[in-house]
Amino acid sequence: MPHINLPQEFPGIRSLFMFRPETAAPLNALVQTMLHNPHPTLSAGERELIATYVSRLNVCKYCCNIHGAIAQHHLDNNAELVRQVLANPETAPISDKLKALLKIAAKVQSGGKKVTEGDVAFARAEGATDIEIHDTVLIAAAFCMYNRYVDGLATWQPDDAALYDKMGEQRAREGYLTAPFKVNRTEEVSSGG
Amino acid sequence: MAHIKLLNEELPGIVGLLNYRPETAAPLLVLAETLLRGPSNLTSGEREIIAASVSYWNQCHFCHTSHAAAAAAHLKSGIGLIDDIKAGLPETEVSDKLRALLHIAHQVQRNGKNVTEDDVAAARELGATDNEIHDTVLIAAAFCMYNRYVDGLGTWAPGPNEAYTEMGERMAHVGYGKS
Repeated sequence: MPHINLPQEFPGIRSLFMFRPETAAPLNALVQTMLHNPHPTLSAGERELIATYVSRLNVCKYCCNIHGAIAQHHLDNNAELVRQVLANPETAPISDKLKALLKIAAKVQSGGKKVTEGDVAFARAEGATDIEIHDTVLIAAAFCMYNRYVDGLATWQPDDAALYDKMGEQRAREGYLTAPFKVNRTEEVSSGG
Repeated sequence: MAHIKLLNEELPGIVGLLNYRPETAAPLLVLAETLLRGPSNLTSGEREIIAASVSYWNQCHFCHTSHAAAAAAHLKSGIGLIDDIKAGLPETEVSDKLRALLHIAHQVQRNGKNVTEDDVAAARELGATDNEIHDTVLIAAAFCMYNRYVDGLGTWAPGPNEAYTEMGERMAHVGYGKS
């Protein structure tokens, strides 16, 4: 059960957005800007993979599942690719540049000061630009916020893969600013879930 | 020197980053303004103490010192508050409710899942409302972002506490993203 009284029809961060619209607006504008809006070089799929990977490292079920689903829908519905990145970016079929950026993201997740000049030089040698390095650090940092927000208030985080797929398809298509759909929880409650 | 080539390398901490990328600066500033200066059951001084404490636990010198200076400006306490926050506020009179909320913030700083029902019940017993618990968790989480952003890109920061006095006054009384 959530630590505070949240609307029951919305999972994860969406219940928090309903609870406190004043903070929802900038939080949602930030994720829209980082992950969905056009980017000079990183695709939305690549940016979503960074968000998903950091959420996995923080063990945030809701964020990892929803951003994994959004990434999948940006990446030709390739669930296997998302699975491979989460299992081990080094052996996943992604660019060497994205592998280097994911290394920086993992450093940020464990602490900002962990990022070394060597990590940055390595990413640059694989072709990463300053904006890509900047955005990778900010996405990783931001998901250290979103993950803590969602887990720190013990929000409802469903296990239903089909639900994440449906929400992920919507977000990949529409971005983050459209209304979320309500989840009917009667069935879940009656089955004791 | 920062890990990337900033447009103005004289700007310290997050200031140089906000100047580098205005697209992301806009929501980051609105978030700080809303969290720390917008309507809330917690005073701005209390909220800045939470922000400065989390930043200290994350060892982010720029965010810790500047937000502690902002707390000092709100509370008119003098900048001795900066070091008192580092020590866990032994010299500052704060409510037991705020101490319980700071404990929740410390749990969030480590990982969101560390917040227990007992932590929340203890804060509630001292008068904390749902809104206050929510804002505490979100402020703590947000500073886990700001701190990593500032340190992850290797920005520079002034050393001594005194260098932050004016910045703290501006953050407290002018606001974030306003000039």
